[in-house]
Amino acid sequence: MEEEKIIQDIIGEYAFLKDSIRLQRARRIFITVPREQFENVFKNLATTRGFTQLATITGIDTGETFSILYHLATENGIVCTLTTQIPRANPEINSIARFFNGAEIYERELVDLLGICVNGLPKGNRYPLPDDWPDNQYPLRKDWRPEGAPVEPGEE
Amino acid sequence: MSDHSINVPIGPQHPALKEPESFMLSVSGEKITGVSIRLGYNHRGIEKACEDRSYIQDIYLIERICGICSHSHSTAFIQAVEEIAGLEIPRRAVYIRTLVAELERLHSHLLWLGVAGHEIGFDTLLMYTWRDRESVLDVLAALTGNRVNYGINTIGGVRRDIDAAQLENILKVVDAVEERTKYYIKLATEETTIIQRLSGVGVLTKEDALRLGAVGPTARASGVARDVRKDDPYLAYGELDFKVSTSELSDVYGRTVVRLLELMESFSIIRQVVANMPDGPVSVKAPRKVPAGEALSRYEAPRGEDVHYVRANGTERPERVKVRAPTLANLQSVAKMLEDRYLADTPIIIAAIDPCFSCTDRMIVKDERTGKSGMMNWDELRRYGIEWYRGRGIDTSTLKLALP
Repeated sequence: MEEEKIIQDIIGEYAFLKDSIRLQRARRIFITVPREQFENVFKNLATTRGFTQLATITGIDTGETFSILYHLATENGIVCTLTTQIPRANPEINSIARFFNGAEIYERELVDLLGICVNGLPKGNRYPLPDDWPDNQYPLRKDWRPEGAPVEPGEE
Repeated sequence: MSDHSINVPIGPQHPALKEPESFMLSVSGEKITGVSIRLGYNHRGIEKACEDRSYIQDIYLIERICGICSHSHSTAFIQAVEEIAGLEIPRRAVYIRTLVAELERLHSHLLWLGVAGHEIGFDTLLMYTWRDRESVLDVLAALTGNRVNYGINTIGGVRRDIDAAQLENILKVVDAVEERTKYYIKLATEETTIIQRLSGVGVLTKEDALRLGAVGPTARASGVARDVRKDDPYLAYGELDFKVSTSELSDVYGRTVVRLLELMESFSIIRQVVANMPDGPVSVKAPRKVPAGEALSRYEAPRGEDVHYVRANGTERPERVKVRAPTLANLQSVAKMLEDRYLADTPIIIAAIDPCFSCTDRMIVKDERTGKSGMMNWDELRRYGIEWYRGRGIDTSTLKLALP
């Protein structure tokens, strides 16, 4: 199976990923990579393993950290989700636009909705929030509630 | 150069584009020299809202992301949820979902063809294709109860079964619409006005399509043979025989050709689905709570690859739902297509990626004399239309153009 070979090749190159790589089903690989190794592994997947498409980038508020998930696909339909975590106190990542020109719009979503600082993002229009959106309001953070939203029983 | 160029704002509200997007075009004379796109006017916070609702509620919310590709979004979402929950849905449900998916592609591509005609001043084509589209919407309404936002999907299968008479009716409509599509193909390949108006307009080279991550017919018309149905099969596509339609023309004309060819493939897919419709139940019981896990789901919507990522936390609400609609992937190519083109080509170039328009029908009437108000159903609306024209001496009811 092509997926097995990709996984073996990745483990061959990065032995520390042995326990953080899994094949969920045909054509779906999930890898969790430590922040300091992220750029190495990402570059490897994007430039030498055939992951030539960026499906999208997902950001998740996971409490003390933010998880950033890069969904990369090959021409044969194999999708590898590469997850890395960054601290909430210092939410900073480097832009991947030099590998995927199309990444810019997905990175702007991380900036607007989760308040993540993306280094190397070119100047441009914000996306997707309005220009008059107040500062330091990041809707996809778990502790953010829309103004006037009903408070549920059990919540403060 | 910059001394002679001026900025022309197009949108966010503009008569040629029926949804809000803002294009700031720098023009020098009639030539576009720079493009800056501002999106987000339709951001409704659906991803956040999904976290506050149950999986079942989310299906209906997600179905309303788009009025055209509603089945695309709900299926992409539900596939991810079912993968996390480890649910195997019945084969008959898989086939019914596939059937609705391809009917959706038919009405979406027919809609696009009409819009494309409209943008180049060929409104007769709009009238023709949108009438054909109505017959597809009627089939969807009979099948699911709704013209759009079908509500057919539920976790574990589909909500309605389909009977033999409906399947037969689908084949009749497919035959009729296929005949008419053949006529549009003849029109598109022989009518010099269409060919000359669309050729060389909005060029996106294969290299740029790959570099900018174009998807769907936009990518395929630049010679990129990408189609999730083929590359990453879901639903019943792995068992069906169909071709990925591509063109090397890389312009708006190429995008037209690709969509017309895809219509022909969809007719074939629908016939295969109807012929091989398995027997059995249409759903399995699904738990309200979904175990912790994550899944990434892809779906070839009429406009291109739709991506959904779902993370579950063991409760009845998702931890995170991420949606990447095809238009977002394609808008980055639009800026490239507009560069160095004439300002007058802007509407058709933008329309050619088929950006998502919301549409709905049914109207509320109010009789000003009696003050009575209420819904007018389709038959009443049709009768009203015929009577209105008769009152002006035009009788269309005798024309033998009826679709089955």
